[in-house]
This record gives sequence, structure tokens and C-alpha cells, in this order.
Amino acid sequence: MRNAFASELTAVAAEDSRVFLLSGDIGNRLFNEYKQRFGERFMNCGVAEAGMMGVAAGMALCGLHPIVYTIAPFTTLRCYEQIKLDVCYHNLSVVIVGVGAGLAYASLGPTHHTFEDVAALRLFPNMAVVCPGDALEVRAALRAALRRSGPVYIRLGKKNEPRVHQAVPELTIGRGIILREGTDVCILATGVILPTALATADLLAGKGVAARVVSMHTVKPLDTTMLEDVFQSYKLVVSMEEHGLIGGLGGGVAEWLADHAPQRALLLRFGLPDEFFHLAGDQEYARLHYGLVPDVMAAGILKKLREVG
Amino acid sequence: MELSTEEFAYQIRRHALVMVHRADSSHIGGALSVADILAVLYGRVLRVRSEDPEWPDRDRLVFSKGHACTALYAALALGGFFPLDELASYGRKGTRLLGHASHEVPGVEWSTGSLGHGLGLACGQALAGKRRSAGWRVFAVLSDGELDEGSTWESALFAAHHGLDNLCVIVDRNGQQALGRTEDVLALGDICAKFSSFGWKTAEIDGHDHTALLQSLEAAVVDGAPTCIVARTIKGKGVRFMEDRLEWHYRSPKTVDLLERALQELADSYGHRPEPIPLSGGELPE
Ligand SMILES: [Mg+2]
Repeated sequence: MRNAFASELTAVAAEDSRVFLLSGDIGNRLFNEYKQRFGERFMNCGVAEAGMMGVAAGMALCGLHPIVYTIAPFTTLRCYEQIKLDVCYHNLSVVIVGVGAGLAYASLGPTHHTFEDVAALRLFPNMAVVCPGDALEVRAALRAALRRSGPVYIRLGKKNEPRVHQAVPELTIGRGIILREGTDVCILATGVILPTALATADLLAGKGVAARVVSMHTVKPLDTTMLEDVFQSYKLVVSMEEHGLIGGLGGGVAEWLADHAPQRALLLRFGLPDEFFHLAGDQEYARLHYGLVPDVMAAGILKKLREVG
Repeated sequence: MELSTEEFAYQIRRHALVMVHRADSSHIGGALSVADILAVLYGRVLRVRSEDPEWPDRDRLVFSKGHACTALYAALALGGFFPLDELASYGRKGTRLLGHASHEVPGVEWSTGSLGHGLGLACGQALAGKRRSAGWRVFAVLSDGELDEGSTWESALFAAHHGLDNLCVIVDRNGQQALGRTEDVLALGDICAKFSSFGWKTAEIDGHDHTALLQSLEAAVVDGAPTCIVARTIKGKGVRFMEDRLEWHYRSPKTVDLLERALQELADSYGHRPEPIPLSGGELPE
């Protein structure tokens, strides 16, 4: 995802001279081509995220289009109040990019995990929260973010995520993308878990259960048109995310559901529990530890489907 | 601006006193300490257009000590950014003159009030100015208390590293913060020496001396490095019973008696006869 981001960034910088990349001392070699071509529009702000976010807001108020890039925990919580006040309160077009979100840096420990970034940034008025599901969605999301007037958070994985799309999809912020049709259950997945959602649907298909799979890349604003449809059309709607169960996609859908009850469908949520993951182990191990793997989630869905009849 | 900057500062103080009295609000001490800085900035230094607050080539003022917004609002109203009568609405339910600087108010660049944000914003605007080869300058007014905030020093590094010589910080060095003297709470020591060591040009002046303010502000914003002016001020300046008294960080001259005493002392300190309080002009219905 990060390579796709860097490549698309280079492309958009060629088209729009307002684009400016601010990095928090992250992105070793990643932006070499960008820097070579647009060196005057790159700035390593050092390990100083609060200052960097203020600088981005200042630049945006002067008509530039800053993109702030560092590891997800540091581009969100480390400068949280700057995002709230300097960026969101003033409704400035700053694109905040968090790389290595969720469990991408599982082996590095809780300092580098982000189970709460979506929840945290979803709280602020004016902010859009976008979690692309593969490298091609990253490309589309960056362009959509730059078209939007106002702040956008783009939540990235790291590298070598499986590709879901064949070509860069049409991506509208706030509109889910249906990847696969199915009538028995609807899976809404956001971010890097999207390929796993498709693999889960494959397992379900083997059991004779047809799942619709949606890339719910935007967690805010939620695609409420989609929610209205699927909660009436299905008996079971499933949310999947590599993010805490509190306040992410599943949390947001649950809030919507509470406000729009009764609905035909029940909601089943997969995500990370309310705890720190403090064991050594890579992303694959951590996903297995938390059951964010196709067989575990497929089993959970089948069980729930039996309950709802 | 037809007023002398001294008269401008007097009017800022007078209006700020009336505003905090009516709204029963805090922070008059810091409004009185920064009044001369604002008067010289808006009276002589800033290239701004009151009839076109968003004029693209304007100088930017980042008023980081947003709690002293009464002084800022008064300066802007006196400068013609919005009707002077509107000051009477300060703090009234549903009006835009809320209790910290608000960017909904014409001429206010940034909403501030949480300390330590202003210098980063100023850096971004200064950087944008440089990258756009724009001629405008950025001035940031900081309290001394907000030098406690780490984000201020992140930005101090940034401004020097990137040679933001179109940026000038003015520290309202009144020596007090919410719970005590800055040197007792978290000693700031020699602020000029600190900024100098970060690579800034610095000057320390009497922040109530308009000649010194004007000279240092005009000397700022040239060649190579950002400038920090440490303006030594007195919290509550102009009203003797408030001067350097910590309680006026919070207290309001709430009673008419207190307000009248304050306005009398203020007038005395300027050798003026007190003017009638504009209590009825612009009065809004409850
Ligand atoms: Mg102070």
C-alpha cells in the first residue's frame, strides 16, 4: 500500500502544484522519485508531529494542499489536538496519512499499533476517515481525498497486501464498493482486512452460503444508503476491520443501527478486543491470535446464521 | 488608523474592561498586557485591509493567546473589521464573539485558546508564503505561559531550520500564568537566550513602549532567520489595582463599582478624563 501511495502521490504532484508532502522522518527511500521530481514540495519535519500538523494547517489555510505522512499512531494521536483544532475546526484540506495501521507493525509492540485511530479521528466534525482495502484503492482514495474540500484521514497498511481490484476502482468517499454479490449474508469490510473478507466469503461459498462483500473503505461519513439497503435485504450483516471493536466500522454501524432500529438484519462484528497486544509475533500471528482469519470468521458467521434461521 | 497607537491601546483596554465586566469573564490581565502590542501591530505594522479581511496578500497575525480575545476583538473593531457596537455582544448567547479567539470573527486568522498551537500554524503560513514567493509576513503573538508547551519548541526548531525570516514571534512576557509566576511554575529563564540558541534573531524590549515595539517589529522580518521579540509587559497594565496581580487572570471587574474604578485608573494612567462607558450603545436585548 505504501508503495502505491508514493507512486500515486508522485503522479498527483505532477498534476497539481499545490500538493506538498510533509513527513515525520518516515519513508526511507519510499519517496525517492517524488523527491527527485518535486524536491521543493517535500519536507521532512523531523520527529515533531504536533508541530508538523500545525504547519500543515497553516499551509492549507494559505491554499496549499499538504499531505502529512508518518506511522499511523504518530500521525493521529501524537498530534491529536492539532488535528481537532487546527485542521478540523478550521475545516482545512489536509490529507493525513497513517502508514502501518492496525496490526501491520504487530511485532513492534503497542507503541506502534493502532487499534483506535479510526475511532479517534471519526470523532471530529468535518473529518472523513478512509481505509483503502488494497493498493488500487489507495490510489483512488488519495485522489478522492485531494478532491474533497476538508480534512481526510487515509489509513494504510504497509506493503505487499493482496490485491483485490483488477484496476483502480471508482472510489467516492462515503460510498461502499460492492465486490461480490451474494444473498445469504452481507460482509462490510474496511481497510487491510478486505482480502481476508473475500477469503472468508470463499469459505462460506464452499458451505453453500453466498456472501455479498463490500469494501466499506469510508468509515466516516458512513454509507448510510448502503446500510439502509443491506439491513433490510439481509438477515445478517457482518463488519470486519483490523481495528478495535470500539468506535471503528463496527462501532459506527452499531451506532447507526441503534438509531434506526428495528431492522431486519442483525449485526455481527469482527475486530480487535479492548486490550493491548503485548506479545512478540508478526501481523499474521496477531491476526490468528485474534481470530481475524477466514476460517474463524467463517465459522462465526455460519453459527450466527444458524441462530437467525 | 487615525488614532495614535497610544490612543488605540487606551481604547483597546477600555473596551476590553467593559467587555469582561459585562460578560463576567476572565483573562482581563492578559488582555491589558497585550494591548500595546496589538495597538502597534494593527496601528502601524500589519498590512491588512479591514474591508477585505481575506485579502490574499495580507500580513498574517496568529494570536496564539486566544484567552486574551477581548483585546483582539477590540483592536479589530476599532480597526474597522466589524462594527464597534458589536463588542457589546461579547459573550452573549448565540453571538460570534465567544470567549476565546474565533476565526468566525472578521480579521481573526485562527481560532485559538488551547495553548501551544500558534507557532506551528505561523510556521505553516510563513512556509507557504515563502513557497509562493508572497510578500506577506507572519506575526505570532504568544503568551509566556504557552512556552511551557512542547509543540512551541518543535515549531521553534522548525522555523529556524527552514530559515523562516518572514516570521516574527512576539512573546507577551508578563511573567504570570494561570497559577503563578512563570518562574515559579516552570521556569522559562532567559527566553531570548533560548530562542537565540535555536537559531532565531531576538530582541527584548519594554512591551508597553510603543517606540520600542515599532522599531523592533519593523526591524523584524529580514534576512535569514525568524525573529523573536520578548516584550516585557505587566499583566493588568493600565489599571493599578490589577497590575501584576494574579487574581486578574480569572477575576472579572463584575460590579459597576469595580468597572468604574478600573476605567478611572486607566484614564488616569493616560492622563485622560474618563469617557462615558458605552453601556447603552449597542446593547442587545436579552
Ligand atoms: Mg503570561
